[in-house]
Amino acid sequence: MLAIVDTGCANLASVGFAFERLGVRKIITMDADIIKSADHVILPGVGSFDYAMAALYERGLVAVLQNLTQPLMGICLGMQMLFERSEEGEAAGLGLIKGDIKRMDTGGMPVPHMGWNTLQNITDDPLLDGVKAGDYVYFVHSFAAPVQGETIASTIYGQAFSAVVRRRNIKQNIYGCQFHPERSGQTGARILSNFLKVKP
Amino acid sequence: MLARRIIPCLDVRDGQVVKGVQFRNHEIVGGILDLALRYRDAGADELVFYDITASVDERTISPDWINKVSAVVDIPFCVAGGIKSVDAARARLEAGADKISVNSPALMNPDLINELSAAFGVQCVVVGIDSFEDGGTYRVKSHTGAEEATRDTGRDTLDWVSEVIRRGAGEIVLNCMNRDGVRRGYDIDQLKAVRKICSVPLIASGGAGEVSHFEDVFKLASVDGALAASVFHKNILPIPALKSELKSRNIEIRI
Repeated sequence: MLAIVDTGCANLASVGFAFERLGVRKIITMDADIIKSADHVILPGVGSFDYAMAALYERGLVAVLQNLTQPLMGICLGMQMLFERSEEGEAAGLGLIKGDIKRMDTGGMPVPHMGWNTLQNITDDPLLDGVKAGDYVYFVHSFAAPVQGETIASTIYGQAFSAVVRRRNIKQNIYGCQFHPERSGQTGARILSNFLKVKP
Repeated sequence: MLARRIIPCLDVRDGQVVKGVQFRNHEIVGGILDLALRYRDAGADELVFYDITASVDERTISPDWINKVSAVVDIPFCVAGGIKSVDAARARLEAGADKISVNSPALMNPDLINELSAAFGVQCVVVGIDSFEDGGTYRVKSHTGAEEATRDTGRDTLDWVSEVIRRGAGEIVLNCMNRDGVRRGYDIDQLKAVRKICSVPLIASGGAGEVSHFEDVFKLASVDGALAASVFHKNILPIPALKSELKSRNIEIRI
């Protein structure tokens, strides 16, 4: 079963519908036990970093998410919350991936970075099976993770940033997508479908 | 590279998609879900739904169709019309809209923009501006959904653009009213003037009639997206042909 963490953010319905289109059963929940027992967990998020982290604390989900052993994927702000900190706010992130989220330096191009942009430098990974460099996905954000060791696909807007990250260790398999796979047409659907095939 | 967006605009009235000329004489174009899917399949980068009567007769959009659109469409969409409060915006975002757009209510209560961006983040908040060129100056109009209700706000368009960005607009749709529905091209001069002061994504609206109009608005006015209605609804410019032609003219386009 797939659990979508109810972060109190507004795009839960869209994320849920994307999985319904794949014919997948899902539950949108803030119940720690359901999240712990899910096969896969999605952490969605839009809005501001501090507000979203506060929602996770209020719901008692910070430690739950930090200790998951099943595959976890953060989407957009949900990806940013996987990191240690963000320049957008003061709150501590989940700290599952080392490093900070930075304000995008776009060299004068409009902010937020909004629209369809291409994935580049794609690492061979089950999540990106069938996804090619140059495929378009839909972004809307003003902050981003720099390209780092966990980056498995990057995108350029002013400068390169992490479009997809992965951290895998002996007990955890964690992904983050800065774009919105639920609004990224067939490429997005493919990534969501691939995620469901990732083994714990 | 970030692609320039091609955005069909679906004016919604009484649960149907309609289109008028300079906001008048509305004719029915089709059903909301049918058109949303048709444009998604044709390669639209995003959809905008404007409930053009909402501000005029004080109704709010039923979130019912928003939920249905969100269930079937896998590209982003924005809804506009009658959003006068944070709660009204939340209902639409929770129903599955990716962005909400405010126009007349923001003119009557500019603090609404601050409240919306604080609640949902700037990335959800689009401000629509209906701008009328009058002897070389650009003026903001409100309540443009019905001719008899349209008002001159006394605001200068460039001043209003700067103000809404300060207040937390994450995107601006500039509808150049003199060009709306007449297919003689976007108002390049006006869009260039706004682009100069607009640090957030800027979407051009009003006047699209042929491929060169899109080419010009992207190349000359550097807008992020181009919105159009009648050329798409009447299939004067099929989106696949438009996009491949723009790409061949060296504009970054998602095919």
